Amino acid sequence: MGKILIKPEVCIGCHLCEIWCVVAHSRTKDILKAFLLEKPAALSRVIVEERLPVTFALQCRHCSEPDCVFACISGALYKDSVSGRVIHDPEQCVGCYSCVLVCPYGGIFIDRENKKVTKCDLCEGFEKPYCVSHCPNGALVYADQEEGGVIDDPAV
Amino acid sequence: MTRQFDYVVIGNSAGSVGCIEMLRSIDRSGSIALIAEETRRVYSRALLPYYLSGGIDLEKMYYRKADFYEQLKVTALLGQKAVHIDADKKEALLSGNERIGYKKLLLATGGRPLIPPVEGLDRENIFNFLNMDDVLKIEKALENAQSAVVLGGGVIGLMAAEALSKRGLQAHVVELAGRVLAPVVDEPVSNLLKALFIEKGVQVITNNTIKEIKGGSAVESVVLTDGVQIPCDMLVLAMGVAPRVELGVSAGLKIDRGILVNERMETSRSDLYACGDCAQGYDSVAGISRVIPLWPNAYLGGRIAGSNMAGGKRENIWSTSMNSMHFFDLCLIAAGLNVSAEDPGGFTNISRLDPQKKYYRKFTLREGRIAGFILAGKISRAGIFVNLMRTKADVSQFTDDLFNEDFGYGSIPEELRWELLKKDLIPGVVNGDGRIRT
Repeated sequence: MGKILIKPEVCIGCHLCEIWCVVAHSRTKDILKAFLLEKPAALSRVIVEERLPVTFALQCRHCSEPDCVFACISGALYKDSVSGRVIHDPEQCVGCYSCVLVCPYGGIFIDRENKKVTKCDLCEGFEKPYCVSHCPNGALVYADQEEGGVIDDPAV
Repeated sequence: MTRQFDYVVIGNSAGSVGCIEMLRSIDRSGSIALIAEETRRVYSRALLPYYLSGGIDLEKMYYRKADFYEQLKVTALLGQKAVHIDADKKEALLSGNERIGYKKLLLATGGRPLIPPVEGLDRENIFNFLNMDDVLKIEKALENAQSAVVLGGGVIGLMAAEALSKRGLQAHVVELAGRVLAPVVDEPVSNLLKALFIEKGVQVITNNTIKEIKGGSAVESVVLTDGVQIPCDMLVLAMGVAPRVELGVSAGLKIDRGILVNERMETSRSDLYACGDCAQGYDSVAGISRVIPLWPNAYLGGRIAGSNMAGGKRENIWSTSMNSMHFFDLCLIAAGLNVSAEDPGGFTNISRLDPQKKYYRKFTLREGRIAGFILAGKISRAGIFVNLMRTKADVSQFTDDLFNEDFGYGSIPEELRWELLKKDLIPGVVNGDGRIRT
């Protein structure tokens, strides 16, 4: 089970993680088309927190005891027992926002378009999360906790 | 003959699923029986208003996949009613006289609808709003109905009224208290809601209740205590629920309003557990034992019970009242204590209201710590406030920031922020003085 860790000190607040998150969850996976042509555009599932000069990115922590899953009234949120990811099924979601109420990280975002929610899926299907692989400063690190260590920190 | 199981769960909603899922994550082979009055597989009662409003289809009501019981090796005794528990013999007696023996048993029996003390409730087109059968009956009656009265202006009553209104009925909400949603929100939000419902064409009548139900075989009108008569084709009873404790009584358990449980969801007798709307546990914020009849609380209670039933040691470390609601397009979140401005006691309320934008935000503070909050209009990232409440963080140095619509971890002062996020970051490489940290 993995999650993305933050290195606030090397985050430069460029917001590229948000940009690439949108691309990763777009239909075309093309940065220009994702922003110019796709309607509605995909939403970013990562948010850059700012209190200048400090900035850092935050997204779903894929908690081992996920409050959002416990609170979900429709069964749309579940923890995948194999991958450990906390998964959101938009088809099953009714937009009750119980998850928004309980997520201690504010890691679940309301999609104004369909009134449901959206969240980080650790870029399922990609080799590594886009926000991690596209961060120009190595401020996001993918850690696999079960293996007990950091597996994708360019600084290590 | 007695059928014997390691674990028996009575009830079939959030608490029961929480328990079963936990049991199976610990004990792969122990036998589990589920006893439930309804014949349907587990569905979400919380979705009933969504179905009634036409927002989702019937299939989506199901909370878990069709093979849930099979996958988790649960013997599902659906359509069976448990009528008695013998805590000495460790048996549950079913209405058909069958006996189900248990090693550990969970009561997740939920609540029963409160019924007003008036005559004529046996007329047709008078419905509860608690289970799928209720809603299917309401839906059938919709075909020939123009006007509906909903008795009860709480969460469920308002959701029912909204759904009926969306299905084209003239809906009326009748609430005994002076304002709608009174236990959950404060006066400014009640006022926002009343204005919203009236704007959407729903009649909202407060300080009133039904004293008489008129009609022939079916309801034709209701008479309120102030004498006003409302013609209606349908009456929906949504006054709330009372804990279903009768099985707990039969087992000789200690009961207050609900079946009393400790932080491990154990009742007063060994090997018997309870959770959800039938149980009464500790509210960490209110500091008292009370029933918290909310979905997340039921699931989590079931999960904790399941862990302890399977031999683990897990405690409910924090629970309180938490509601996420939306009425028409207004999103609303309320958590912790609901302390009114008129009688704040030892609390300080800080709030901002913009009725035009339907925006409200209020924090109730006790010694600089959040003891409750209400958000209307903008609810993004509300869980961060819950986290501040849960961790008893001192927010007195940044109370103004709490009203920032984009409030996030960036808004929280550095020391507290990194304390809250310490498991989520890799400590820096640079010290404050610019030297490389070793």
